[in-house]
Amino acid sequence: MLKIGVPSKGRLMEKTFDWFGTRGVTMRQTGADREYSGTIEGIEGAELVLLSAGEIPRELSAGRIHLGVTGSDLVREKLADWDRQVVELAPLGFGHADLIIAVPTGWADVETLDDLDAVAAQFRRDHGHRLRIATKYHRLVRDFLTAQGVADYQLVDSQGATEGTVKNLTAEAVADITSSGETLRANHLKILSDGLIHSSQAMLFASLRAEWDAAARTTLAALLARIGLDTALPELSG
Amino acid sequence: MTPKTAIRAEAERLYQAIAATGAQPVEADLLLPAETLLDLYGEDIRARAYVTHDPIRGEMMLRPDFTVPVVQAHMEHGAEPARYCYMGEVFRQQMHLGPRQSEYVQVGYEVFDGSDPLAADAEVFALFQSLLAPLGLRAATGDIGILRAAVEALETTPRRKAALLRHLWRPRRFRALLDRFGGRAPVPPARADLLARMARGEDVLSGLVQTGLRSEEEIAERLTALREDAAAPPISGAEVARLEAVLSVADKCPAALAQLAAMARDLPALTPAVDRLAARIDSLATRGIDVAALDFEASYGRTTMEYYDGFVFGFYAESEADLPPIASGGRYDALTAVLGHGRSIPAVGGVIRPGLVARLKGVL
Repeated sequence: MLKIGVPSKGRLMEKTFDWFGTRGVTMRQTGADREYSGTIEGIEGAELVLLSAGEIPRELSAGRIHLGVTGSDLVREKLADWDRQVVELAPLGFGHADLIIAVPTGWADVETLDDLDAVAAQFRRDHGHRLRIATKYHRLVRDFLTAQGVADYQLVDSQGATEGTVKNLTAEAVADITSSGETLRANHLKILSDGLIHSSQAMLFASLRAEWDAAARTTLAALLARIGLDTALPELSG
Repeated sequence: MTPKTAIRAEAERLYQAIAATGAQPVEADLLLPAETLLDLYGEDIRARAYVTHDPIRGEMMLRPDFTVPVVQAHMEHGAEPARYCYMGEVFRQQMHLGPRQSEYVQVGYEVFDGSDPLAADAEVFALFQSLLAPLGLRAATGDIGILRAAVEALETTPRRKAALLRHLWRPRRFRALLDRFGGRAPVPPARADLLARMARGEDVLSGLVQTGLRSEEEIAERLTALREDAAAPPISGAEVARLEAVLSVADKCPAALAQLAAMARDLPALTPAVDRLAARIDSLATRGIDVAALDFEASYGRTTMEYYDGFVFGFYAESEADLPPIASGGRYDALTAVLGHGRSIPAVGGVIRPGLVARLKGVL
């Protein structure tokens, strides 16, 4: 059985169903409206698993699902060496959002990471602690700033309303997901010109850790043919 | 023997050999306050160390290295000069799939003795060399003091020198700064616009909403700094080339020293650092090290520990190039200054990884 993990609610679920539906694979929720079970029609040997989008990376990594739909940002954030654990089969063209670094618009002297780094040194000298960046994307932000050689900052965890942390004096800058930038502007924040960490969108992933027996591989080939993906089958171990 | 028993036996042997030179045994806690380590090493250490939460003591880290607790123990209880040996586990998260271990034993030796720092450098290196001699390792050495002197020697503003010195350990940002200060990188359009508006006498802060802890005075101070920096002449191409020549010196000790001495003729400010390197090489030779066969790389150690600020060294197995260094160390006076809140202790030391030693000996 080929297990496909799909977000269990909201727009991500609807858009995923639409994406597969227009390609001849019908996914639908079964039972009551809020019950997390579903079926797939149009492909033999496939099973739908409804999961929180945030848990799909972990399930792919554990090999408990063969395929999964989730944001590319979540896979990169949650999986170490993500590209050795999963393969990107197809971008789905929705769920677009950019992970960016933003600072107060009042910082007239700051436009780039180079400026942020210089300000971090000044800030630490003046305030006795490192410049705080609020985020929930710890791995992505830290890897990015390390690669860029930015020093004297600290990450503070923010699981929601991140844009408010600057005004509330719990952070000096934020690293967060934005699509239109409206919330940032409303909170007097601006994006650094070279502060794009990752352009995320919903993506169909294959797990390299799942058990790819002959049946699962046959079903995958049929599914890819049906949805019109002519990508070569990834190297999957049985 | 199980692998851990074999490693423990190897560690014990190395530890006893170091203790036999007269070093005092020192113990360190396994759980260390995270704050101190984060302030020293920055956010990167959070990715490498195991962080846990204690309801009373707050964020704690499983010991990622011995340097900090040994320096702290010495500053609290020790009298100078002091020589310490220690042995125990350190813990490092591995962020990549692969064979690197997240828990391993280190045996170390640290010297706090300001009477003759160059001799102390040579003493530590010679001890490690003798302990590791049967393994036929390649030793690499470097000197962060040479790099610092080469930056200090630039004819430019103190602010630019400070920025370069701060990023000596981050080659990418160092390069970006050097390109900017040398006028080789274009001024970003937004910066050019900002400078033009300030030049016209515009108040670039007027009309801006201020949020957050960073005050308008701090922003104004940096705007002034930006204006001054724009007015300062670029670092000349010849100077950048001289700095790069120093950074790229890599040869056996005598040849490397000769090259640096030749460079110091054009760059007299480099002379004191080159003299210290010469004296250290003499000290190494006095201790029986074959300096004619010893590698020196000016940029060695630039990407390892931020607080090494003088002599640095590492021992490598050429037969297994994938292994981390079997032993490494260096001088870290700057770290003691940060930990001691201004009170600095001349300090040099290093660690050996008995697990790797046992593996190279074939007992694992």
